[in-house]
Amino acid sequence: MAKRRKLGRGVAIVGAGMSKFGMFPDKDTKDVFAEAFNEMLASVDKGVDPKEIEALYLGNFSNDFFVHQSHWGPIISDLIGHTPKPATRTEGACASSALALREGVFAIASGFYDMVLVGGLEEMSKRTTEEVAEGLALATVPYEGRVGFTFPGVFGAVATAYFAKYGANREHLMNVTIKSHNNAPLNPKAQFKLSIRDLMNAKAKSLEKKGIPVPEWQDEKDFLRDLKANPVVAWPMHLYDCCPISDGASCMLLVGEDIAKNFTDEPIYVAGIGQGSGRGLHSCDDMTYFEATRYAAEEAYGMSGLKPEDIQFSEVHDCFSIAELIHIEDLGFFKPGEGYKAVEEGQTRLDGPMPINTSGGLKCKGHPVGATGVSQLYEVWTQLKGKAGERQVPKKDLRIGAAHNLGGTGGTCTFTILERR
Amino acid sequence: MEQRPFSDIAYEQFLNEEKLMGSKCKACDALFVPPKPICTKCYSSDMEWVEMKGKGKLGAFTCIAIGPPSMIAQGYNRKNPYVSGVVELEEGARVDARIDEVDGNNPESIKVGMPMTVKFLHQEGEQGPRTTLAFRPS
Repeated sequence: MAKRRKLGRGVAIVGAGMSKFGMFPDKDTKDVFAEAFNEMLASVDKGVDPKEIEALYLGNFSNDFFVHQSHWGPIISDLIGHTPKPATRTEGACASSALALREGVFAIASGFYDMVLVGGLEEMSKRTTEEVAEGLALATVPYEGRVGFTFPGVFGAVATAYFAKYGANREHLMNVTIKSHNNAPLNPKAQFKLSIRDLMNAKAKSLEKKGIPVPEWQDEKDFLRDLKANPVVAWPMHLYDCCPISDGASCMLLVGEDIAKNFTDEPIYVAGIGQGSGRGLHSCDDMTYFEATRYAAEEAYGMSGLKPEDIQFSEVHDCFSIAELIHIEDLGFFKPGEGYKAVEEGQTRLDGPMPINTSGGLKCKGHPVGATGVSQLYEVWTQLKGKAGERQVPKKDLRIGAAHNLGGTGGTCTFTILERR
Repeated sequence: MEQRPFSDIAYEQFLNEEKLMGSKCKACDALFVPPKPICTKCYSSDMEWVEMKGKGKLGAFTCIAIGPPSMIAQGYNRKNPYVSGVVELEEGARVDARIDEVDGNNPESIKVGMPMTVKFLHQEGEQGPRTTLAFRPS
């Protein structure tokens, strides 16, 4: 059981930015971070002097591997004119920037700083798919990599355990994919902006143009069942169960709650923040949940005094379709074994009772791993500010949203609850 | 039985000798496969080696079509996927392993719960012989 912990001083988010996510052959890490930083500055309602930023916390998983350059703290510090003030890199695989945010929150809560910038970055597209797979697999548990497990492979195995325990099947995973792809066209920063139906129609058109007979897909699921259109990556994970390879950056400006109104009349507050660590598949108690997620959730709920039913929408770490099903159970939104039924019933759609991944999720928005955690909170912040445009959650009095970030094969998980008061 | 350190290196050496070994806490009987040098249940470091019978059932699996360069070098690819999985041993511990003698192109024929028997896949690596833990249907 996580102990009930409180911050020594409240923390608010007064600005946020993210670059477009995608594969950018003509841009590097600094270019995309500058994009996020500029948007962040412009997003502070009453303006901010960037010279007031006292410290930078930056999540990056492995630009060391992807672009053969490590030590990104000072590089970004220089880019934004922050030197000689401190810059610290955090690494927690795909949860790297959620850790940066957490460290930034603690730095302010301790009273040491009044204003810090937190963010994340990753530049993955300069490598081949096989190389990226190898790079990501560095974050599996050693015993898993040793017997050939890739990332999609670990989640594929988790899916077979979930299927066997709860009676779900591949069709249920497709519901997750279709739902996320329906949100993506509404997010101008998403890497993939087409619904599965639009993708299917586009594919049919391109086959027709080439004079190749077009398969008679009845609907989206029929398209996803077609192994030519949706080939196996690591069964039961197929292409459309997996997030893409992406470049991108994200950042947020944190300040002490007591000075937040100097920057905006409507700060978004950190209500709860939790982090857990987890073991590999072979040594966890049960392969159908992530202990680190459950621990992080307990900590965040305990800190905020909120319950799962108080959360009005959430981003969850859908690196693979099965992961989304498990997280919505681990976070308490649905009972264990019932997540797949809730998705099938449409409960997690943008207009459903519990919208999940309004951004399109990692699946469609993209997953530049080190940038993901803060980009999820960017989505929550944007929704709570009422600035999500066409994908704005259609609920009255939207006040509480959350984001769940997972690193590795569940080794590092965070859950952060934001609140508009 | 053996006076080797309770380490991953020793675990791998045992695999080379076709032994699947774990460490057992002499104080509380907790079993760890691969071995741990410290009992994380009672924090005793009085451990002993125990050999697994090599029988169990399949707990989870995946048929991997896009593998890392090391698996591609062994001839695995989109047309010839390999299978990795987690096996629940009779002794209660679980291990990650390659799943051999199954058809990776026909995942529906592979079932969670299938009885499994240990098998050792020996390869010549850059630093000498290396053995990968595997299981096959019993």
